[in-house]
Amino acid sequence: MTLTPKSRSMRAKFGDAAMVVATLSAVLLLLLALALLLGDVAVHAHEKLSWTFLSKSPEDGMMAGGIFPAILGTAMLVLLMTAISVPIGVATAIYLHEYARADALWTRAVRMAVQNLAGVPSIVFGLFGLGFFVQFVGGGLDKALHDGKLVWGQPGLLWAALTLATLTLPTTIVATEEALRQIPAAQREAAYALATSRFEVVFRLLVPQAMPGILTGGILAVSRGAGEVAPILFTGAAYFLPELPKSLDSQFMHLGYHVYVMATQSADVDASTPILYATVAVLLGLTFTLNLAAVVVRARIRAA
Amino acid sequence: MSTQNSIPMPLQHIASRPRRELPEDTQVPTRGLPIRQPPKWHAPLEWLVRAMAMIAVLAIVLIFGFLVKSALPMWTSAEVRKEVTQAQMWFATLWPGYDTPQNVWQPVSEIPKFGLWPLVTGTLKSTIVSMAIAGPLGVAAAVFVAFYARGRTQEILKPTLELLAGIPSVVLGFFALISLATWLQDTFGFDSRLNAIVSGVALSLAIVPVVFTISEEAIRAVPATYVEASTALGAAKWQTILKVVLPTAAPGIASAIALGFGRAVGETMIVLMASGNAAITSWNPADSVRTLSATVASELGEVVFGSAHYAVLFYLGLLLFVFTSVLNLLGGRVIDAQKAKVKSR
Repeated sequence: MTLTPKSRSMRAKFGDAAMVVATLSAVLLLLLALALLLGDVAVHAHEKLSWTFLSKSPEDGMMAGGIFPAILGTAMLVLLMTAISVPIGVATAIYLHEYARADALWTRAVRMAVQNLAGVPSIVFGLFGLGFFVQFVGGGLDKALHDGKLVWGQPGLLWAALTLATLTLPTTIVATEEALRQIPAAQREAAYALATSRFEVVFRLLVPQAMPGILTGGILAVSRGAGEVAPILFTGAAYFLPELPKSLDSQFMHLGYHVYVMATQSADVDASTPILYATVAVLLGLTFTLNLAAVVVRARIRAA
Repeated sequence: MSTQNSIPMPLQHIASRPRRELPEDTQVPTRGLPIRQPPKWHAPLEWLVRAMAMIAVLAIVLIFGFLVKSALPMWTSAEVRKEVTQAQMWFATLWPGYDTPQNVWQPVSEIPKFGLWPLVTGTLKSTIVSMAIAGPLGVAAAVFVAFYARGRTQEILKPTLELLAGIPSVVLGFFALISLATWLQDTFGFDSRLNAIVSGVALSLAIVPVVFTISEEAIRAVPATYVEASTALGAAKWQTILKVVLPTAAPGIASAIALGFGRAVGETMIVLMASGNAAITSWNPADSVRTLSATVASELGEVVFGSAHYAVLFYLGLLLFVFTSVLNLLGGRVIDAQKAKVKSR
């Protein structure tokens, strides 16, 4: 069959229109889903969300008061996690990009490990945290320091933070390496030509320039860490605690864990739903603000 | 080799250039400028960087090691083997009180039964539902953003869609449990409110950003010359997309799907909250299901340390770890090859 020029252009037009409609509707559907979710949360959350809700401890078996301990617990957990994971992540990225030879076997092994770590299911981190940190390291510490008395060999803040730090390590590594990659090689060559040592090149020249990228990675890691629940199920989170966490071996309350337990195990669904929505709003507010901050920092880097 | 190593990595391309032979009577200066010695404290810090770079490898090895170690009693301990064998886990067994051999998951009963098929079919069902939604949606959205969106629209659309990735999975699970399940039940009249379709739909929202981001990169990596050549030959835009761009980007898109699939299989909180958690073997997606990951999450809290059940839950973790690692390595390899291709251009 031969097509006249006219019918060919008709076919092109029709085909293009169909393509635009198909792909655009996919985009719109996703935006709609996002809007529905955010709208649903926003509509239901506002009746409960207030300053008291953010600043008070729960009362009446969670049905009154606020969620301050959960906010504080989440913040403590995430801060501790960042303090552990960011230095390791930055050092790994520096090693991969500035120290290691790209084709060496060991370098490839490190890269493969990072890639692999990024894909490990979060519940497996939970298993690992319980088996390794809580029972092996914690239990070992107790045997060595406390004559077998249970101090470290049970779920606690430090173990949860270490588990989450392992989970978020790839985020920081990838972001830092990306930032290092964007620094022109000519700068390194100029510095080395001036007899600058590698250490000075890395820490005086490259790291300061990569700082916004490192910051982006850190923010994304925090956002990811704040939202993950599966890894902390068995490593330190608790549904209700009468006191705020006092030390690294205390258990803690957590926004995400709170949502999970309350949504699945609450006896009075009608009473708990508004509290749940408000808690979800706080959690979403936290992670979205962090993600937005990362987007802005990244846009600034690209613009510069 | 030793001179090569003493030259900093970023300069090695210069060092590897062929050396020019100097004429024999050249006067080589014996003393140049004095070279400044770096302070002594630099060296230990450099070793610290090297040591910290090992932690990622150490973590993977430890994760694998501890999963294996905790699951090992299934093979080594006679006591555990009395309660569970590989044959009972993977094949139908004639249990006392049953008429026919069956594969059931009842870890906490008088005779504990650790049949994995209910969990495997449950995982597959909600994963397949989620991939059936997230795959086409993610790829189509990637085509739109890469080909039809322009300027500002593109700049805003991409981060907005990636914002989906920033929603914690517990929030998606909550949304599915409270709102989505009701909407879907009102629309389709499901018998059980929480089922594989509900969890699959919620799961797809978590997977879409993965599929979208990676396929968009793959589409972008298709050389502009291909598109130009196709257009010059008179192909319409849609023909170029379907016959030139997508086939060229196919390996990248396949790895996007593979990585998304890996995420879907391992995702825990969504299925834990929205799948109904009933360990039934059936292929009807409107039945409640229980997945491998949700089983670990809901049962590990009450299990006795060192029991058969404990070992089996770590064995499930090991299965998840190995499965996602294989998908990840395959997917990652394709993406790396694609990146190398783009770089060499």
